[in-house]
Amino acid sequence: MRGGYLLAPVKSNWYNPFYYLYASIMLLSLIKKEFRLEFRQKTTLGGILVYIIGTVFVSALCFKGKVDKPTWNALFWVILLFSSITISGKSFLKEQSGQALFNYLYYKPTQFILSKMLYNMGFMLVLSSITLFFYTWFIKNEIENVSLFITVLCLASTGFAGVLSLMSAIAAKAQGHFALMSILSFPVLMPLLTLVIRVSKQAVDGLAWSVSYPFLGILIALNVIMLMLAILLFPYLWQD
Amino acid sequence: MKHLYKILSVVLILYTIVWGLLNPVPRLDILNETIRNVYYHVPIWFAMLFQMGLSLFYSIKSLGTQALLNDAKAQTSAETGLFFAIPGILTGSIWARYTWGTFWTFQDPKLNGVAIGILIYLAYFILRSSITDEIKRTRIAAVYNIFAFVMLNVFIMILPRLTDSLHPGNGGNPAFGKYDLDSNMRLVFYPACVGWILFSYWIFEVKTRFIHLKKLNDEE
Repeated sequence: MRGGYLLAPVKSNWYNPFYYLYASIMLLSLIKKEFRLEFRQKTTLGGILVYIIGTVFVSALCFKGKVDKPTWNALFWVILLFSSITISGKSFLKEQSGQALFNYLYYKPTQFILSKMLYNMGFMLVLSSITLFFYTWFIKNEIENVSLFITVLCLASTGFAGVLSLMSAIAAKAQGHFALMSILSFPVLMPLLTLVIRVSKQAVDGLAWSVSYPFLGILIALNVIMLMLAILLFPYLWQD
Repeated sequence: MKHLYKILSVVLILYTIVWGLLNPVPRLDILNETIRNVYYHVPIWFAMLFQMGLSLFYSIKSLGTQALLNDAKAQTSAETGLFFAIPGILTGSIWARYTWGTFWTFQDPKLNGVAIGILIYLAYFILRSSITDEIKRTRIAAVYNIFAFVMLNVFIMILPRLTDSLHPGNGGNPAFGKYDLDSNMRLVFYPACVGWILFSYWIFEVKTRFIHLKKLNDEE
């Protein structure tokens, strides 16, 4: 049983334009639901902000402004890695079991994972820019090629959010706790992280864009591969 | 005929061990006699990659039909691959001591990739052991295995080619095939690759049969 689209008013043929309209409306409604879930509880949102500011502040106190460029870069990504695990990691853990059946009947699995991923990506984009803001404010601004750094930041946060959404789905299906989530995601995130640290180091050093093109290409390719894999594999996780 | 590949693997490995130590090799700076490690270190890694690929293959198959059988095979091949990582790391580490002057370095992307790869497969086993429902386990483990394999391959296949590496064939370093691996060495190197891959398949097959028999025994 594949599930999905119990009440769909249109035939699910690939050549039916209304089907795509319906699918995108459903996708939007799912993303809206994510937003509502997040903003219903103001404490989680505030908690994440405090978490980010707190971590940045602690590292600012520890380093007291005496940071060289590689350390500055590495520290930033470590902070971002941990905050993204806390943020995107819980995306499937907060689904309740009764809700799962509802979702199973009314939505397509691909839509479901897409909505989670897109939502997490957007959320991570906002949070990573907040982290960058406080990080440059509290510690110092070492970036010389700002536009390149922001591009890398965007690609990295979408990448992190995407991988972590799928890992969160796996951990939630395994009825795992938060520890399982981090065990699963750390090694898988490592390729992305090393790549990102390398490119952002180039941005911090103020190298020209042309130096980073192959790395940016791979970052984009990784994002695409990851999205496609998630769409292909998630339906198998979904069925119970 | 069924056992032909087993005999072949043993013969080939014995041949590479004996002739690999005896045959003439090119005299190169730094490498000197350690170049013979090409016959042991590289094929063992090939065997590991072969097993990981096999694990991916059975993971994909387990999403389709005969989930339990294919899932057991995916697990066994991942275990065999992880087992081959140990001699792979040991031979590499000793080789690195005599050529690069250190047992382990974090500068080399391939070494980092291997470390991450081992972590990934350990996480895979932890994930497997944390799920009690057998049918459910097949799907979740397969999804993680496929995803992890792709990410790992990006790490060990694509990234090292972009960055500086101490390994040959990466970051502007010429591969062995370019000039070091002369026709004498090829005579040992290629049989060694085939031999170790066949040998790893043999281990995999024995383990699969063992699991199958254990399952039959449990059912009785």
